[in-house]
Amino acid sequence: MTTGTRRDAPGLAADRTVRGRRRAAGPFAGRWSAHWYAWAMVAPVLLVMGVLIGYPLLRGVYLSLTDATEANVGRTIGMNTIPATYRFVGLDNYVQIFSDSEFWLRLGWTFLWTVASVTLTVGLGLGLAMLLNRRLRFRGLYRVILILPWAAPAFVSTFIWRYVLNNDFGLANGMLRAAGLPTVEWLDDPTMAKVSVILVNVWLGIAFNMVALLGGLQSVPRELYEAARVDGASAWQQFRNITLPMLRPVSRTVILLGTIWSFNQFPVIFLLTRGGPNGATEILVTAAYRDAFMGLRDYSGSAANGMVILVLLVVMASLYLRSLRKQGEVW
Amino acid sequence: MARSHTGEARRGLGASIALHGTLVAASAFALIPLLWLVLTSLKPKDAWISSDVRFFDDPTLANYEYVLTETSFPRWLLNSVLVAGLTTVIGVLIAASTGYAISRFRFTGLRSILWLLLVTQMFPVAVLIVPLYNLLGRMGLLNQYPGLVLAYLTVAVPFCAWLLKGYFDTIPTEIDQAGQIDGLTPFGAFWRLVLPLAKPGLAVAAFYSFVTAWGEVAYATAFMTGDEHYTLAPGLQQFVSQSRAEWGWLTAAAVMITIPAGAVFLAVQRHLVSGLTAGATKS
Repeated sequence: MTTGTRRDAPGLAADRTVRGRRRAAGPFAGRWSAHWYAWAMVAPVLLVMGVLIGYPLLRGVYLSLTDATEANVGRTIGMNTIPATYRFVGLDNYVQIFSDSEFWLRLGWTFLWTVASVTLTVGLGLGLAMLLNRRLRFRGLYRVILILPWAAPAFVSTFIWRYVLNNDFGLANGMLRAAGLPTVEWLDDPTMAKVSVILVNVWLGIAFNMVALLGGLQSVPRELYEAARVDGASAWQQFRNITLPMLRPVSRTVILLGTIWSFNQFPVIFLLTRGGPNGATEILVTAAYRDAFMGLRDYSGSAANGMVILVLLVVMASLYLRSLRKQGEVW
Repeated sequence: MARSHTGEARRGLGASIALHGTLVAASAFALIPLLWLVLTSLKPKDAWISSDVRFFDDPTLANYEYVLTETSFPRWLLNSVLVAGLTTVIGVLIAASTGYAISRFRFTGLRSILWLLLVTQMFPVAVLIVPLYNLLGRMGLLNQYPGLVLAYLTVAVPFCAWLLKGYFDTIPTEIDQAGQIDGLTPFGAFWRLVLPLAKPGLAVAAFYSFVTAWGEVAYATAFMTGDEHYTLAPGLQQFVSQSRAEWGWLTAAAVMITIPAGAVFLAVQRHLVSGLTAGATKS
């Protein structure tokens, strides 16, 4: 039954290059039935993704080239069928998006939001991970407490923060008042609202980064530090030349995941500020949602916005895959 | 830093204070909103409309009682359990078979499927939501639980297939081969030999699917209408809509949602991180 190819000794996942070569031979490789089986086992997923992602995607591309809104898409009310009256308008929606100064402001804010969120969550996560990677009393306790923000569903946490940051009844202003300081309009002032949404996103995201980076730190061989100390390296030099390079596989992953998650972060902004005040905290994703489901539903505009977001994300994905390829992966 | 050279004994008093001070401050930042949630839920109904900070204020379970008996919260909870449960069972089954195929077989189209699985993880809700809304509408699945389950599968399945592929990669292929020599089909080897060995990976995938469905906001808000169809996320928005803000009820409901989800989460989080990072760094 075996393929008869020579294969290396069984390697674990850590032993990546060996695995890659070994699996190139594969247990069932080169047999027609392998293809048949593989496709049969992948089929359900392809079906689900084809119907629910592929079709909507193509449909989205088409809609983005029309002037479809709630008023003209056609629908069936009881016995009466109202035919669709929207037309093909070419690239009009895209022209409209790119000539809208608000779009560029929003794009700038979306990038600022993503970069700030990722920098702060990864930076603070790394700091905490390094503190927790020492021999320390109450280490386990700190660890559990610091993970708790990750344990609550994000929409629940966002609701809590909306209450904590409430102007009149919130805990944040309550504490400022108790300390005799002026209160802050956390969610109603455009600038402070931006700070607040980033604050909440960071609060939600630190725990994941901390745990992932702590795992990375614990896999750095201790001998490296011992050798560096013998050579007289300072703590900073050890950090620069041992910790950071050894963490690179983990940090690259958390940075990329963080970028995608922040870029697509819907619940935090939608539930905390609803994009307000006056659209100040609206990122591309929440804006596209608003176009589609609030007021007169502008399906075509929303679809065009969605395509713009998708293109930006595919560019990021390609950069990610290229970085994987540099690591010697099979791509 | 390695643990060996920075033992507590060798750290100066100042450094100890700075270390513990930082960690205590970070813990407070992490904990205070959650504590405030629990405390608010235990206050009388209208106590939240008070501008001074009081930790305890006639503790009572009235909010819990109200939410459980007078609102649609139990219904939303049931809906969420149903939708999340179905998403989990269906999602893990098809993700496991896909994950196994892309872990074990080398076949034409493998690379495109790997690509597809990775790229769909990046699709923003905004791209798919309108066409999906129209599609479900045409299939008559709008405002129906199966429709919502299908929508969640598009989120959960690509990620879980990716995660499980990483897990199957760590199971030696010799096991499959032994099974084949004993007369099992490739699918039989997967189902009887590999799947039981992959239980920890399956648990993480199940947890991820469940949490995705449990905490999803956009699809649930857009696709479901009417009190009795809501799941938790759109339901809870009713407590703090534009016209009213019942923070007492909201916090009580939030505590009841968070405790079970949080307990399970703390139990599996170690596996979750290794799964997330392994799935993303390995091919």
